[in-house]
Amino acid sequence: MTERLFEGADWDFHTLQRITDACEEVAENDLGLDVYPNQIEVITAEQMLDAYSSVGMPLFYKHWSFGKQFAYHEASYRKGLMGLAYEIVINSSPCISYLMEENTATMQTLVIAHAAFGHNHFFKNNYLFKQWTDADGILDYLDFAKTYVMQCEERYGRVEVERTLDAAHALMSHGIDRYPGKKKLDLRAEEKRAGRRRQHEEEVFNDLWRTVPKGAAKSKSALSLERRRKLLGLPQENLLYFLEKSAPRLAPWQRELLRIVRHIAQYFYPQSQTKVMNEGTATYVHYRIMTKLHQQGRITDGNFLEFLGSHTNVVFQPEFDDPRFSGFNPYALGFAMMQDIERIVARPEAEDREWFPDIAGKNDVMGVLRDVWANYRDESFIAQFLSPKLMRQLRMFHLHDDPEERAGIRVDAIHDERGFRRVRRELARQYDVGYIDANIEVVDVDLSGDRRLILHHHVVKGAQLNETDAKRVLQHLADLWTYDVSLIEVDSNDKVLREYVVSPRPITAAA
Amino acid sequence: MAIHIIDRRLNPGGKSLENRQRFLRRAKSLVQGAVKKTSQERDIKDVLEGGEVTIPLDGMHEPRFRREGGTRDMVLPGNKKFVEGDYLQRSGQGSAKDSGPGEGDSEDAFRFVLSRDEFVDLFLDDLELPDLAKRKIAQTESEGIQRAGYTTSGSPSNISVSRTVRRAMARRIALKRPSKDEIEELESMIASCTDDDERLLLLAQLDKLKAKSKRIPFIDPIDIRYRRYETVPKPVAQAVMFCLMDVSGSMSEHMKDLAKRFYMLLYVFLKRRYKHVEIVFIRHTDRAEEVDEQTFFYGPASGGTLVSSALQAMHEIVRERFSPADWNIYAAQASDGDNSYSDGELTGMLLTDKILPACQFFAYLEVGESGGSAFDLSDSSLWTLYERLRNSGAPLSMRKVSERSEIFPVFHDLFQRRETSQEKAAP
Repeated sequence: MTERLFEGADWDFHTLQRITDACEEVAENDLGLDVYPNQIEVITAEQMLDAYSSVGMPLFYKHWSFGKQFAYHEASYRKGLMGLAYEIVINSSPCISYLMEENTATMQTLVIAHAAFGHNHFFKNNYLFKQWTDADGILDYLDFAKTYVMQCEERYGRVEVERTLDAAHALMSHGIDRYPGKKKLDLRAEEKRAGRRRQHEEEVFNDLWRTVPKGAAKSKSALSLERRRKLLGLPQENLLYFLEKSAPRLAPWQRELLRIVRHIAQYFYPQSQTKVMNEGTATYVHYRIMTKLHQQGRITDGNFLEFLGSHTNVVFQPEFDDPRFSGFNPYALGFAMMQDIERIVARPEAEDREWFPDIAGKNDVMGVLRDVWANYRDESFIAQFLSPKLMRQLRMFHLHDDPEERAGIRVDAIHDERGFRRVRRELARQYDVGYIDANIEVVDVDLSGDRRLILHHHVVKGAQLNETDAKRVLQHLADLWTYDVSLIEVDSNDKVLREYVVSPRPITAAA
Repeated sequence: MAIHIIDRRLNPGGKSLENRQRFLRRAKSLVQGAVKKTSQERDIKDVLEGGEVTIPLDGMHEPRFRREGGTRDMVLPGNKKFVEGDYLQRSGQGSAKDSGPGEGDSEDAFRFVLSRDEFVDLFLDDLELPDLAKRKIAQTESEGIQRAGYTTSGSPSNISVSRTVRRAMARRIALKRPSKDEIEELESMIASCTDDDERLLLLAQLDKLKAKSKRIPFIDPIDIRYRRYETVPKPVAQAVMFCLMDVSGSMSEHMKDLAKRFYMLLYVFLKRRYKHVEIVFIRHTDRAEEVDEQTFFYGPASGGTLVSSALQAMHEIVRERFSPADWNIYAAQASDGDNSYSDGELTGMLLTDKILPACQFFAYLEVGESGGSAFDLSDSSLWTLYERLRNSGAPLSMRKVSERSEIFPVFHDLFQRRETSQEKAAP
């Protein structure tokens, strides 16, 4: 058992195999992790840059914006402004982890423990991922999307496809179902469905229909507002879904493109809600596995020190007045909270027993952690498990910045008895997607009139939309809707703060 | 649990190339502007080097619904001295720091690196070389990969599934491996069989079949075939570029500099089209010699001027080393226009009979002193001669240059796409 996994910094593929086996042993026996099968791929720096530009996925449809990403990353990488990630891991089954070839053997061990076991377990078990993503189908679906986009380009021209995708990308952050209720996505079925639909269209195509004279326009239906809204499924906050289903003049392939973008946005939705937890889990897992391997004598003291060096860098949290500060480091906060939970479960103090009666002193550390990893997202995780001790340790405080307030920015709460709950609530709110994205929904369509689409932005705490960007996004929206679109910003008292009206561009001008 | 470890490093790179090209195509006019601007600031030698360009983000911006302003709440780490109810002074105009680093940065300009090829492509875009006809394998420096049948060994990613399965099937048929249907049929016969003896017989038969199907695997390692690739040399078109220059006393440093810039551009341009480009420098006074680049531009020389000597030298070099059948020959001559009057006849003859038929392109660049309004007064002897030749149908391109800034426009002018430049008029 005390055989070393490797010596020095060099590794080969047998080493990787041994490392993975050793990590798996610890992950299964000591931590009780439940993971998707692993697939580990060794890549070069250039391939890592490639992966960056397609949001980390191994395959993606072609679009200029990914080229822009690539150019940007490449420029900053070359100038040395940016280091590359040690790994990228994909929520798929099998779970694919990309390892950089230039990592040392110690780093490969760290990365395998981190990604192939930590993230992997989180992907497989967290309720958000279970609910919103289909790990088995995603790679096939991306393959389908890539081929579909390519076929559309051949059939309808690159410019047209690009226009539709540009518009869809602009609305991507509002192409998400935020509440469950609809059935879980089955991406494989999705792919078949698109094929069937196309086939059906080909089968029933009959050019004669085109020549049938259109009947007189139907008399204006006196649909009541309520009924109309119900028919259209309004209010609807998933703008892409609404357009896909209800935009009057989109071609079927355009609807399919919107659908693809929407599905991909949905696939990434859980990741944006679980940054702290996901990284915290993975960091905690790699820390436990590495420590265990060291205890078993499978990695040398020197390698372990090297590991501690990188680990410390990863979980470094600069303070707010440090020039390096740019918000909470999800690795640092996540890891600190996981370790804190471990402490509360195993060695609670009186304060912890009062704050966390359910888990304090329960002694089954891994059981509690696995339960936390499975059933929370960042917001609820922080709201429930951020302990006073950790708040004191990180010396957290809450600032309230009201532009109306002349005296300046008020310190609303600090890490003291009076402030713990408020600080915790505010921090949790920072991770609440409901607050992060602007709350915009389709409220009505003037069907009997000029078909104007009406959207509302419910302004929270006075934060209105950036004007230039909002106009551009609305332009895209109007192009897809093909009639006027208006966006009204209202505050919580239904007072109208601002109204945008945008007309679609004539297609010839934009093509 | 099976763990797959895959080495992706050998996969062909450039997965993002297509996206990158799309991006460049979309931003073409912006990037082109940036390239022109950057190249003006650069020394012409570095034009080739590619490098960083900055373009305005305007057309490339990807808009999103973003919110700004309003009251904000934040929780921060690292409290040192604040207590509840304290007020912090706003530093300057709000706390701009929190608007997200990098965001403001990427707002107005987008900075990225162009590769050398991309840079030169954009720099020389909409220019075209005349007559790219001849191709000959000269150097096998370019190799392409092409499919070459199948092989019994290789990397797993190259397994040819269809070929492997086909061979496996052939082997199974040849060795009479019992099929699943046969076994199932037998099993159903056994199940429905009532006679004990026959049943035993059938069971024995079934065992035999099962044993056989176990012995003969469904897919054997010997069935496995890999796609084979081999490298093949690709033909490389080659070109030679002749630089002819008058170095007699009447050529000033300024004039030489102009000529040099023109040659540089021509070289960059040829290099883009031909993998292999050779340069021959011929300088002449009243006699010509082939020299290296250093001597060509900076070596001292003096004497009279006989253009025919240079043409004669070029002709000899072509005959000896660069057979027109194998080489694309480009020539550019720079001179201040002086030539001995008596030499005109010979020059014209050499040019029309020997040089022009062998060349793809022959350009004459007449360089003058800066602020050279003298050009307008009277044409030089060489210019007059060449103009006469051209008017009688010789494929000559000629331009006059006296300022550095004119070099690129003139060059651009000479190599414009053919449709628009069938007949080039003198300025």
